[in-house]
Amino acid sequence: MPIRTEPVTINLGPQHPSTHGVFRLRVTFDGEEVIDLEPVFGYLHRGTEKLAEERTYTQIVTLTDRLDYESAMSNNLGYVTALEKLGGIEVPERAMYLRVISVELQRIASHLVFTGFFLQELGTFVTMLMYCFRERERILDLFEMLCGARITVSYMRPGGLTQDAPSDFWPALNDFLEDMPGYIDELEELITRNEIVLSRTRDVGVLDPEVAIDASISGPILRASGVQWDLRKADPYEIYSEMDFEIPIGATGDCFDRYIVRLQEMRESVKIIKQCVDKIPDGTVKTDGAFFMRPPEGDAYGCVEAPRGELGFYIVSDGGISPYRCKIRSPSFINTTMLRDMIVGGKMSDLIVIFGSLAVNMGEVDR
Amino acid sequence: MYGTGIIRGLRITLKNLLLPSRMFTLHQYPDRKVGILWLAQNADINPLKYVLANPGKSIRAIIGLETVEDRQPKHPRFRGEEFTWYEQRCTGCASCAKYCPLGIIRIVTEPSGNAMPEGEKYGIEVFDIDIGRCMFCGLCVEACPYDALHLGSGFEEGTYKREELVIDIDRLRKSRKKPSTWFRPQLEEKSYDPGIGRDVDWTEAGRHESPSSDDQAAKWAKR
Repeated sequence: MPIRTEPVTINLGPQHPSTHGVFRLRVTFDGEEVIDLEPVFGYLHRGTEKLAEERTYTQIVTLTDRLDYESAMSNNLGYVTALEKLGGIEVPERAMYLRVISVELQRIASHLVFTGFFLQELGTFVTMLMYCFRERERILDLFEMLCGARITVSYMRPGGLTQDAPSDFWPALNDFLEDMPGYIDELEELITRNEIVLSRTRDVGVLDPEVAIDASISGPILRASGVQWDLRKADPYEIYSEMDFEIPIGATGDCFDRYIVRLQEMRESVKIIKQCVDKIPDGTVKTDGAFFMRPPEGDAYGCVEAPRGELGFYIVSDGGISPYRCKIRSPSFINTTMLRDMIVGGKMSDLIVIFGSLAVNMGEVDR
Repeated sequence: MYGTGIIRGLRITLKNLLLPSRMFTLHQYPDRKVGILWLAQNADINPLKYVLANPGKSIRAIIGLETVEDRQPKHPRFRGEEFTWYEQRCTGCASCAKYCPLGIIRIVTEPSGNAMPEGEKYGIEVFDIDIGRCMFCGLCVEACPYDALHLGSGFEEGTYKREELVIDIDRLRKSRKKPSTWFRPQLEEKSYDPGIGRDVDWTEAGRHESPSSDDQAAKWAKR
């Protein structure tokens, strides 16, 4: 009689360097093969939605910085978009252009972080991370010029921005835009045709477009599966309708496509920022609104295309100085739901690669 | 073919190693080690002459004991620690305390301690800011109607105890008046940089023109 073997259950995390924060994967292995997987989250829960109910509308901007701490600008924009819909606030045109510039810079920075950590998880220790972070430093320096902070920016306000860009911001931005395509070429030469990267990521963690749409996946992961859906085109906010850019889509929906779509998006972002710099009008960047604003009773849902997908804020107002309810639809959280379907049946070594290709940010999953 | 990726990668690594524009910047912080060349260049003489003139310093530089103080360059708008507060401008309205998302500013005023004429101002007894919980969002600075409170420019406030992070009124009075230009366009117009600039007087820090002492005296005389 042969010896009976049993599957082994392993806890990956919550304190694990590859889980991008405090995230726990309860994985059951049968040898090398993953036969079951259960994501466990909630370790970083800070109760942002509840905290928002006792803050004034302007103070909530500081809370949104801490959702997805790698793309604070996009979070700010998502919140103020919802609030401006609710209150019917007009935004000056110059503010809209500056918003788009800062959001697209943030998209590049966020994708650079993704590229660095994705390659880190493939085993390139910190080499790619250093290359990517050097480029990202320059974006953070630009943010420091705009708003005095690098990560937790709190730059946007209902009805505009805190303040206009300083005079030394524009030359620095132009320098960066000149250099950035070269940086992306360099990243592409290092990674895209590298045989090890190709063999580790091709046909790994394939997500079918139908499944992705059913699970309401959004962002680069959806586009990697071949679905042309981008809120900047589908439901243009701010001044995206005037911009000329393309939506890169992937062919098969594997890990490699998720990487290459993000790389192409960086190029498109550079294109958008260049158009904004050319077109930006003069004028004010802030409407004179009350700090303790009281939007009319009602509700509004505002959503933007954050680097990780559709970021939505649903705000219910009862006419007071703070929202009655503030629901956050975070892309990372929704994108995590398909983890089990992508990983089960794969190999142990693919597990971290697939999870890394989702670019999940735990600050946003747990909120 | 396997192996070409490695060759391509090595080419890029070599390019990044050699091209000065692509080099990684290294910041030794807060004390940067300097060699003989840097010392000689700073003293503006030939390195050989420098070694002959200061043999002791040269030996210290070779074994890495000569350091200069180095600071990470910051933009003037940097939202830093050490709030800059002007008592002369502050009326004790406590807008900052009200606007703070975390409620970490405490102000106690007394109506009798008028320092300014015409009773426009409360005397301020307590002005505590707990920067241990502060996230430097700057809403208090944005709220201040009289430009009395400014963000500072430092970021080196490491302490061993939490209570040392509570800034009280005496510390605010004594702190260096090097405000950040964040949300203070009047300082930006003067292209003020807290990193290299001098201390800003309370009369220059405001958005509005402050009356001179002569004007104030004239006002009093008229009444």
